[in-house]
Amino acid sequence: MTFQVELVSPESISYSGEAEMIIARTVEGGDIAFQPGHVPFIGVLSVWSVEVIRPDGERDVFAVHRGFVQVAGTKVSILSDVSEAADEIDIERAREARLSAQDLISSDKDNEEVLASLERSEVRLRVAGSEV
Amino acid sequence: MAGGKERVLRRRIGSVQNTKKITRAMELIAATRVVKAQQRARSAKPYAEQITSVIENLAAGGAEVDHPLLRKAEKVSRVGVVVISSDRGLAGPYNSSVIRAAERQVQNARSEGADYSLIVIGRKARDYFAFRNFNIDSYTEGISDNPTYEDARRISETVSEMFSEAKVDRVELVYTEFLSIGSQKVTVRRFLPLEDTEVIASEGGGDSSLTTAFEFEPSPESVLEALLPRYVEARLFGALLESAASEHANRQRAMKAATDNAEELIIKLSREMNQARQDAITTEIMEIVSGAEALGSDSEKSNELLDLVGSSTENNS
Repeated sequence: MTFQVELVSPESISYSGEAEMIIARTVEGGDIAFQPGHVPFIGVLSVWSVEVIRPDGERDVFAVHRGFVQVAGTKVSILSDVSEAADEIDIERAREARLSAQDLISSDKDNEEVLASLERSEVRLRVAGSEV
Repeated sequence: MAGGKERVLRRRIGSVQNTKKITRAMELIAATRVVKAQQRARSAKPYAEQITSVIENLAAGGAEVDHPLLRKAEKVSRVGVVVISSDRGLAGPYNSSVIRAAERQVQNARSEGADYSLIVIGRKARDYFAFRNFNIDSYTEGISDNPTYEDARRISETVSEMFSEAKVDRVELVYTEFLSIGSQKVTVRRFLPLEDTEVIASEGGGDSSLTTAFEFEPSPESVLEALLPRYVEARLFGALLESAASEHANRQRAMKAATDNAEELIIKLSREMNQARQDAITTEIMEIVSGAEALGSDSEKSNELLDLVGSSTENNS
């Protein structure tokens, strides 16, 4: 049994397909995996990756920068302002972003914007398969 | 020479022809843009629908929060009016009708004894209201052609902030709804405060008729709290996209009319020009003939002149 998964951004549906399992992380900090037949669920996602495991065993990984997940019946929708597939990520840029964020952090520990940007670049690198 | 009038007309036809080329080009550009804008508006729909459907499920789950965006003021002392117009003109009645609707909202607010706050998008509405000494509290330009979600986020953040700080107690959104290529309608919508979740749910075209109980993480309240700002953004984004599509559709129609008018004018002017030319020729012949007749006594010479006239009319016709 599989379910239908859709990654919806404000501009368009960026991904849609079949999946056997979906792994995401909610703001509470815990990973959660959905399989068909899961109870109806709505959760707030944190800045983290979303893994879609397709029926053929392949994995599609996305960096999702905040959003929501709704599981209803055999349909999973992930709503997010920004979501990037692994192959869309510019590793060089993410690395640079992380470096400059780390630089800024060392002098200004509580700058929320910089912390968020560090978080984003780290998730990008993780998703793109580069070391963190 | 009697060709003065003819020359003037010829020049005018030339200028009308140039104008026609420009309006035709604008028509074609608008035609391609309207298709693109329409597609964008369509592909933005799923997000808005999904968000509505989540709110629906939340409402069914009984989530009720005291969110600032749901605040209902007992007495409205200031009404915010968000008006979406375009930066460029030549779009037929597009700007004037949306501006008129916005001005009516301002007047309504005044007659209720409330003040107003204008949040203006697009140069045309800014020009109109600034010229008439209205207060403009926020102004954005350069986005109405091709709005991005980022633009919608920024503007709705400004508006939400004004609302949660109680600078405004009600916000109306004035934009042009895109019904089809052939018909667009100026629409006034309540933007803030948001309706109760139950009302949003009953209005929404979401697909979940499921009444199963949902599990929420972290909690229904915090999901709703995170969701409402997104809902506001998605609504504004939808309005921006529809307005952009309407702008292009209106421009296409206006430019089509302009091209048709130019064509008509060219036909009319060419007729006038031909007439003027014909008149000039007739006058010339008359002059020569009467000259020849004045020399009537010398019959040989007048015959020669008449021959000359004959050949010159042949050349002219």
